[in-house]
Amino acid sequence: MTFKPHLATRRELLLGSGALFAWAYMPKLAQAEGRDPRLMVIVLRGALDGLATVAPFGDPDWVRLRGDQGLRLDGDNAALKLDTLFAINPAMPNFYRLYQAKQAAVVHAVASPYRERSHFDGQDVLESGVTAPGASDSGWLNRAWHALTPADQVTGRQAFAVGPITPLVARGPAPVMSWTPSKLQPASNDTMSRLLDLYRHTDPALGKALEERGALAAIAQGEAKGMTPAKVAATPGIPGAAVRAYFAESAGAAAKFMARADGPRVGALAFDGWDTHAQEGAAHGRLSALLGALDGAIGAIETGMGAAWKETAVVVVTEFGRTARINGTEGTDHGTATVALLAGGAIAGGRVIADWPGVSEAALYQARDLRPTTDLRAVLKGLLKDHLRADERALANVVFPGSIAVKPMTGLMA
Amino acid sequence: MALDPRIQAATLLHRFGFAPKPGGLAAFYKDPRAALLAELDRPNAGLIFNDDLLSAGEAARASFDFRQERKAERLARRAGDEMDKAAANAAKEAAKNATSNPMATPLGDAKPEMAKPDAAPQAADAKPKQQPGMPQQIYLEEARARLDNALNAELGFAERLVWFWSNHFCVSADKGQVRPLCGAFEREAIRPFIAGKFADMLLAVETHPAMLLYLDNVRSLGPNSVAGLRQGKGLNENLAREILELHTLGVRTGYSQADVTSFAKVITGWTITPPKQPENGGDFVFNARMHEPGPQHVIDRDYDDNGIAQGRAVLARLAVHPATAKHIASKLARHFVSDAPPQALVDRLAKRFIDSSGDLKAVSRELVLAPEAWDAPRTKMRRPGEWLVGALRSTGIAPSDVRPLVQAQNLLGEPLWRPPAPNGFSDDSAAWMDGLAQRLDISNQFARRTGDLIDPQAVAEASFGPLLSKDTQEALARAESRQQGVALLLMSPEMQRR
Repeated sequence: MTFKPHLATRRELLLGSGALFAWAYMPKLAQAEGRDPRLMVIVLRGALDGLATVAPFGDPDWVRLRGDQGLRLDGDNAALKLDTLFAINPAMPNFYRLYQAKQAAVVHAVASPYRERSHFDGQDVLESGVTAPGASDSGWLNRAWHALTPADQVTGRQAFAVGPITPLVARGPAPVMSWTPSKLQPASNDTMSRLLDLYRHTDPALGKALEERGALAAIAQGEAKGMTPAKVAATPGIPGAAVRAYFAESAGAAAKFMARADGPRVGALAFDGWDTHAQEGAAHGRLSALLGALDGAIGAIETGMGAAWKETAVVVVTEFGRTARINGTEGTDHGTATVALLAGGAIAGGRVIADWPGVSEAALYQARDLRPTTDLRAVLKGLLKDHLRADERALANVVFPGSIAVKPMTGLMA
Repeated sequence: MALDPRIQAATLLHRFGFAPKPGGLAAFYKDPRAALLAELDRPNAGLIFNDDLLSAGEAARASFDFRQERKAERLARRAGDEMDKAAANAAKEAAKNATSNPMATPLGDAKPEMAKPDAAPQAADAKPKQQPGMPQQIYLEEARARLDNALNAELGFAERLVWFWSNHFCVSADKGQVRPLCGAFEREAIRPFIAGKFADMLLAVETHPAMLLYLDNVRSLGPNSVAGLRQGKGLNENLAREILELHTLGVRTGYSQADVTSFAKVITGWTITPPKQPENGGDFVFNARMHEPGPQHVIDRDYDDNGIAQGRAVLARLAVHPATAKHIASKLARHFVSDAPPQALVDRLAKRFIDSSGDLKAVSRELVLAPEAWDAPRTKMRRPGEWLVGALRSTGIAPSDVRPLVQAQNLLGEPLWRPPAPNGFSDDSAAWMDGLAQRLDISNQFARRTGDLIDPQAVAEASFGPLLSKDTQEALARAESRQQGVALLLMSPEMQRR
């Protein structure tokens, strides 16, 4: 037996999976204001080292903490100064440019309510929005969207996913559709309809899954022509052109869908690979390459959104941070607080939002991690409330259950 | 639920084996449990006999030699470049052609070696076909051997257990040095123990070079060890954490950060010999100079420092811990029976695990004999690998080349020995449902190539017997072509679920 080579790359399958989802309505309140907001959530799986992304170069304990492994303002590949305390990784020129244009912001020393160090539980809490891991099979983004009051019926359903698996943050009561970029020939319409008919009588769940994918393929064919699978990576271990291309393609394609008048308004993408236990390479190696790819994705979203960029908010989150100190293998182990990145024309940017805990020995959480001083849910609730006009009570009870004490952060939107 | 004993038998055979070979299920209706368990009683259950396959150490040394040769060629080429620029340009051109040829890189960037500039020298000689790099050659040979074992198995229960344990203790070929070792890992650390003791499998896994490389233990130094003090470096706690969280106790079972750290210290010095050593390079070694001296407290006990025995003692304790029993019991039940397995079943499996001190044959037996295994509805999606093997077995198509299979698994989100994270591939049916459209594409491709050779109705009757629904039967009967029938057969709920 031989199958036609599909040219699917591992990055398509492993590094990213995402979903954009749209329902037959736009949020009523936002629309009443004459706005048409877009929200894209990027989940970085594996725990992003926030201190290597946005370094507190002005903290007196910084150099002692990370030594030559830490970002600095001098030398080659110097970090880019954001304010008197913080500088961003030089692999992120797009983000830096947006920051200067007041369209990007950083929230630092932020963490979800999860305080253990398991990736899988941490991602579960991050994406489900529920404080107990494993307690929910739906995600906060889906529930937030589901809870909004529809403005009117807009015809058609549009959505896609990147990678075969929809991230938890996007799963839930609101229907999700997803799409995998590949050069596969779609099934003939006749076989498809016979199969759907068979499933209708025998296994409706399979029918639903296939139908959503099928509808998607039709849109994808028209919309995403010219998307080619990423080329091979150059150096094993260090993500190369393939990762950059994959991040940029999937994020850019997502943005193009969301830019459409009848396109989705809320979407999620997930990128894997941030678990930098050894040879982290903040300035020159693996993390630098990954952050560069992420920066490229942000640039691709800006381009893909076109005129809709001014109504766009992108938020980049991760399950937890990494140890403040470098470990025995020039990497970092699982930690606690980290950064969240915000970008988009709708963001009141140009600032680092942080109740900075410091990185002295005494300031570290459990003597090892950056101490969390901001609840990530406050940031997300602020975005959902002020950008999408989500109801505050729904945010406290349904979207992030039991979070009434965590007030939505104000002033995030321009 | 099902009253017809044939339905129960067919359910059981699909649940614990692969879809049957062309003879179908009929021979096993009488005593399906005995037939399944007989696979575990065979003296060589789960093993692969193939003298061409390399041990982990041999694979590491062969890959090292290969890299050295490539390096030498590169240096030689560079020297040549100085003398002859035109030749260099030709080499570049040829290299470009070689790497953009899809046949030369059938796995895309699954083969990082192919893309490296040092892949060029052979192409410089204008050879149209370039051999994949050594690690990739080994990976493909191992994939082939694994596929053959699955295709040839009588029912496939032993092989399904191998796949289960291999995913439980996963390593990833995406980490460069691990790629040539993945197959050896499964053959050396998983297969010999599927009907043995969990403790023995655990020790074999955690001392295997592939795992030590994958989870970064090879360079973890005791901060107060000879090497640690000299280099001023220290621990990497990755392996210790995942042993506790994923391999044994399970997450949220009461161990603390302090336990992780002290366990990481216990297993410092568990490393490999540098692959450049001609005799034993790449083999596991306990390096006392890297080992953190002194006693350690892990979970509920103190462990004296007696070198490698300290870590063995911790593993031996973890292997029979009640939390481990519960963790393994629920994963087994979840994989074979249901996304939400009955608690009573999980409890019985855990009890069997404890009572037998982790005898995996006894636990597997308990699982197959459980009434829940007869009665649970067939709601689990076959995982991509199971589905592909099932398609080949039931249609009797023997692939001559393993690469299309490897590609298909990539496309379906379950690339062989390349899980996205140390917790392995998901065992949740919903996750695999998303790949249904890809399965349809593959079914169409398969049907286009082989449809004329296959009678889909006959295959369906033999493979599913009493499980075959009237609707599926009708759909196959009404198909406009054999090809379409084959695509519908592979996509039928009977072939998707188990």
